[in-house]
Amino acid sequence: MGKTFKKPEALSDQPTHYCPGCTHGIIHRLVAEVIDELGIRGSTVGIAPVGCAVLAYNYFTFDFQEAAHGRAPAMATGIKRVRPDLTVFTYQGDGDLASIGMGEIIHAANRGEKFTTIFVNNAVYGMTGGQMAPTTMPGQRTTTSPLGRKPLDVGMPVKMAELLAALETPSYIARQTVIKPKYVKKAKKSIKKAFEYQLEGRCFSLVEVVSTCPTNWGMTPVDALKWTEDTLLPYYKLGEYKTPTNGGNDAK
Amino acid sequence: MQNEVMFAGFGGQGIMLMGKILAHAAMEQGLEVAWIPSYGPEMRGGTAYCTVVVNERPIGSPIIRNPRHLVAMNRPSLEKFAPMVKTGGVILINSSLIDIGAGRTDVDALNVPVNEIAAEIGAAKAANIVALAAFVSRSHIVDFELMREAVKNEFAAKAKFIPLNMKAVDRGAEIAQA
Amino acid sequence: MGKVLMKGNEAIAEAAIRAGCLNYFAYPITPQSEVAEYLAKRMPEVDGVFLQGESEVAVGYMIFGASACGARVMTTSSSPGVSLMGEAISYITAAQCPAVFVNIMRGGPGLGGILPSQADYFQATKGGGHGDYRLLVMAPASVQEAVEMMMEAFPLAEKYRNPVMLVGDGLIGQMMEPVEFPDNLSIPATNKDAWATNGMDTRKSDKRNLVKTLYLNPEELNAHNLLLKAKYERMKQEAVKYEPYNLDSAYQVLIVSYGTMSRVCKTAIDMLKDEGIEVGMVRPQTLFPFPEQAIFEAAACESCKVALSVEMSMGQMIEDVERCIKGRLPVKWHGKCGGDVPTPEEVIDAVKRLIAEY
Repeated sequence: MGKTFKKPEALSDQPTHYCPGCTHGIIHRLVAEVIDELGIRGSTVGIAPVGCAVLAYNYFTFDFQEAAHGRAPAMATGIKRVRPDLTVFTYQGDGDLASIGMGEIIHAANRGEKFTTIFVNNAVYGMTGGQMAPTTMPGQRTTTSPLGRKPLDVGMPVKMAELLAALETPSYIARQTVIKPKYVKKAKKSIKKAFEYQLEGRCFSLVEVVSTCPTNWGMTPVDALKWTEDTLLPYYKLGEYKTPTNGGNDAK
Repeated sequence: MQNEVMFAGFGGQGIMLMGKILAHAAMEQGLEVAWIPSYGPEMRGGTAYCTVVVNERPIGSPIIRNPRHLVAMNRPSLEKFAPMVKTGGVILINSSLIDIGAGRTDVDALNVPVNEIAAEIGAAKAANIVALAAFVSRSHIVDFELMREAVKNEFAAKAKFIPLNMKAVDRGAEIAQA
Repeated sequence: MGKVLMKGNEAIAEAAIRAGCLNYFAYPITPQSEVAEYLAKRMPEVDGVFLQGESEVAVGYMIFGASACGARVMTTSSSPGVSLMGEAISYITAAQCPAVFVNIMRGGPGLGGILPSQADYFQATKGGGHGDYRLLVMAPASVQEAVEMMMEAFPLAEKYRNPVMLVGDGLIGQMMEPVEFPDNLSIPATNKDAWATNGMDTRKSDKRNLVKTLYLNPEELNAHNLLLKAKYERMKQEAVKYEPYNLDSAYQVLIVSYGTMSRVCKTAIDMLKDEGIEVGMVRPQTLFPFPEQAIFEAAACESCKVALSVEMSMGQMIEDVERCIKGRLPVKWHGKCGGDVPTPEEVIDAVKRLIAEY
């Protein structure tokens, strides 16, 4: 009997620096599996964000660039415009993409840049130490909202998938999670679709992955999974928000 | 010797184009030349002007406080720039729109009703070409025939306008020599 | 090819294409928008890339991404826009990627004005972005020189794997002068396989490339900065360019001036010569590396009593001039920075006042 479970070729041997219970590892693996399955490791360039995944470049085995905070979509645009034959993806957190990089992601999506974004939303700044993010839930305590996020003061959490799906330009926009095996399967399917649309030269694609941060939420990994399901998922609803064929305005 | 001319008027009078055609002619003549536009807020309405500097030798400062010559297409530009012209220069006054003189006795003031002339020949838009031809004919700042060629080249893509512009060139020269 | 009459902005755009740069990203800003307008038409004709980004911040990173995957790439902007690109410039320099930035300077600080200025001297030569980095900074004084410098900029950027910045005051962009482009110029693409993230398949390698600027280990970061420093020292040895003017005379005053301002100074020097007053000038063509040795030596001239930094900024370059002269001469400043270019007559007055004083 051969091996039934092995590490994807696109993933390196290096142990990750992520905290116990963090879902970055699963998401990295899904991206690596998709890249292996599509056979595109030799023509892929990944872009690491600023945030917990800043060191993502250590965990993959293909070309990588590291961006400044929020600017990964602009870098991906630069690469994709001069080398449309390369497969390009950005891997960004919610502080990076939904706060400082809001302008870059919206304009890249609106231009229909043919790259893929993996957007990991865990409702908090991770690497900088648990500060409030644009995606932090009402009442959620963080180091910069010690009494809980007050919507009257700082507004409601930003729903990026819905916001980007509202653009007229055709795109693939989905929100998934990886907190249970049944969700993991769907998330992988979405990630694969996102890359496939890119390979077809079809559209911008983004998969938001609702994720956990037990460390900064101050929870055990198990409680974090439960909180995600009970609190985040009712607000950040899963599903495909836009596919390039709906709405009747697919450029193809 | 260095020569400078300032073209000035309202936006829309073809001021920049006059300078550009003159600069082309100077280049064809083998002279050093620089065309310096005004690109401040006065680009929209108000006074538009550009300066053309020609020289046999490389041009030093492209910034000219006192040009040798002035082509004034409207009254505000005459009032503003006439006092700056060097002694002995030509001041072309568009007498269609300007009812005053240069206010100088040490310059060669030339009154040309460029709008009327252009209208007479059926080319109201070519008033700037009438002025340019009259000015070049009077000042000899560049070779007149090279200027004529430069006008032709400017309209190369719109060949149907060339005959009227050639008429404008001829009439401009006639009146400058009258 | 014969001479053509072109605006500086358009000539810069055409020169980039002829230097083999077929990738351009930019955001409009006066007084250099003609570069983008020209290339919006011209790039499609040569199968090049033209993209108007959503901001200078984004454009900076489009340049970074394109450059990091090995493309020859450039952008153009003006002072406030270059401030916004400062972040990306710091990253690109840290990541050792080649790229060309053009700054057609306007008056500052803040929104300032749109008329000619040289007030970004510090920004270009001393930073603008964060961290220990340098740009190779070129400063043309005519449209023709802008064209020639553009052609040198790309190979220099690739040689040093460092951004090159071309700075011109607004007049360099707006003025029309006859220019001549070299025939059949070809600047072959350099092989960037050793470092560019151009895809493993592209370079037929199973070794991946990584373009990064993060060095969490202090020893590694220090080593990285020493490597960059060594590169800047090499630029100082190899890449300095300047033009001496009237330095074979017994000059009483030494002027240091660059760009359009230096042309005004040349006219002033010629006019002073007619009056029997000799003034010499060093015109830096590169602002970094700065012509340190040339200025030091020019200041040693026995007849020279005082040096004058003439700049369209409020005394920025003078700090470098003082540094080069090492106290041999008093160093004075003359300039203006509102958009009016000082005239030859103003420079002459300044020189005469100095002669009377020293």
